[in-house]
Amino acid sequence: MTTYPSSTSIVVDNVTKSFTLRYHRTLKQMAVAAIKGRDISNTFKALDGVSFTVEQGESIGLMGLNGSGKSTLLKLINGVMRPDSGTVLTRGRIAGLIATGAGFHPQLTGRENVFLNAAVLGMSEAETRRKFDDIAEFADIGKFLDSPVGHYSSGMFARLGFAVAIHVDSDIFLADEVLAVGDKPFKQKCLAKMQEIRESGRTLFYVSHAAGSVRKMCDRVIVLEQGRLAFDGNVDEGIKFVKYDDTDGEEHNPGETDDELGADI
Amino acid sequence: MTEAGHVVDAPLTPPAPRAGLIEVFRRRYLLRMLVQRELSARYQGSVLGLLWSYINPLSQLFIYWFVMGKIMGRSTEMFAVHVFCGLIVVQFFIETFNAGTRSIVRNRALVQKMAMPREMFPVASMLVSLYHMGPQLVILTIIVLLTGWTPDPVYLLGFLLALAIIAMLGTSLALMFSVANVFLRDVSSFVSILTNFVRFGAPMIYPYSLVDARFGSFAQFYLFNPIADAVLLVQQAFWVGSTKDPATTHAEHIPDNLFAYGFLALGIAAVMLLIGQRVFARFENRIPEQL
Repeated sequence: MTTYPSSTSIVVDNVTKSFTLRYHRTLKQMAVAAIKGRDISNTFKALDGVSFTVEQGESIGLMGLNGSGKSTLLKLINGVMRPDSGTVLTRGRIAGLIATGAGFHPQLTGRENVFLNAAVLGMSEAETRRKFDDIAEFADIGKFLDSPVGHYSSGMFARLGFAVAIHVDSDIFLADEVLAVGDKPFKQKCLAKMQEIRESGRTLFYVSHAAGSVRKMCDRVIVLEQGRLAFDGNVDEGIKFVKYDDTDGEEHNPGETDDELGADI
Repeated sequence: MTEAGHVVDAPLTPPAPRAGLIEVFRRRYLLRMLVQRELSARYQGSVLGLLWSYINPLSQLFIYWFVMGKIMGRSTEMFAVHVFCGLIVVQFFIETFNAGTRSIVRNRALVQKMAMPREMFPVASMLVSLYHMGPQLVILTIIVLLTGWTPDPVYLLGFLLALAIIAMLGTSLALMFSVANVFLRDVSSFVSILTNFVRFGAPMIYPYSLVDARFGSFAQFYLFNPIADAVLLVQQAFWVGSTKDPATTHAEHIPDNLFAYGFLALGIAAVMLLIGQRVFARFENRIPEQL
């Protein structure tokens, strides 16, 4: 087993994760498929021999087309899933948004859900109480805080989820689809907060299709292609590699923040 | 960016949470939150709220008292209390088993996205069921007090033993079947049929003396059923003392060596719990992708 220096934050070593797809669920369907000689199930590798290490304080942009294994990789780093083979190691507390508001209970109020979600993210009761006002202020959903989450708009839902996750004292912050919902002021607030996380020396792992915000947020890009590591290195080269640089045309007006934010949708 | 000086004083470890029942109890705060969520979500938007937990068992008690006691004319003394003692235990078990089996599929939003010991969910289901038992216990206590029942400390310990048996047995089955339900949703339907049998496998609407009389020496096999033992322990604690002549009732309707059977049942439940934990750990890994 290799030893890593104390500055290593994330180790992903030769990680493979495959999923089994079952095409037919009922007995009847399975019987029909068997008679016709079709496959009943199929396995595919969502991740195939992926290796890289991340130093503490690095800010990684994870890019790739839909279905290239980005979310699976994030779930492995988050600890939701375990790899089939290979190892994933992390140092310190992990927080993040694999999807905002995961586990919000629609019948409970925003306030109750904040406590629940914070507990799931590993916060204690005292810690949640201490941070509650900050969380409420960041989410900025006003009087809706005391009405059931089921009545929220998708934007409010995401705001609250993001507000909780971002207030966890983490060493590694994972962000996936963070800015897919929410209006422009909120997105700007989130990006500013993530910039703050980055500057505080926490490891940031950011999944995005928006070349602009990756360029702004990250100092290294990792690109996945059909579950394999296709590129690992410099931000500009990485963006060029996924050919996102010529599509959003922001090369011509680098100062334009509207595009950076807009492209995240 | 390390110049900002964020030094992490922690070892490199696999990020997946340590699983296992011990870990569940180490994260008691989260467990409490999950239980509270279940409870408050259940009564949200209902005017009577928690009162329903009293109305429901009361109505059942009335039905058993009226149909079994008055219409069918069962001769067992204090028949409604006899049934109710069984009902409390059986409800606790059935609710744990049923809700526990569905718990992981029902919480799939959390399971798929958050890293936490997944044993949390079946255990939380058990605790919610235990909590629901509270109102039933209050009703039972009031009724037996009205009939001149005096508590017997040894028998009350037997009641706690019964709770421990059911809690462990229910949790073990909930663990095993909750995983199975992830792979095949038919399991939850199967479980609800299975629980129908439980109602009649315990001396609830018939007294144990009847089993003893009909089966003779085979009655001891009946007592290998931990649920039957638990029901008898509860009847010993509450029903026996509510009859006119507790000593005679005890001699007639409660088997000898009930405590020995009770501890045997506790042992069985403990072994089941270990097996349940093993089975859960074996398949837990594939849960998120199968949901």
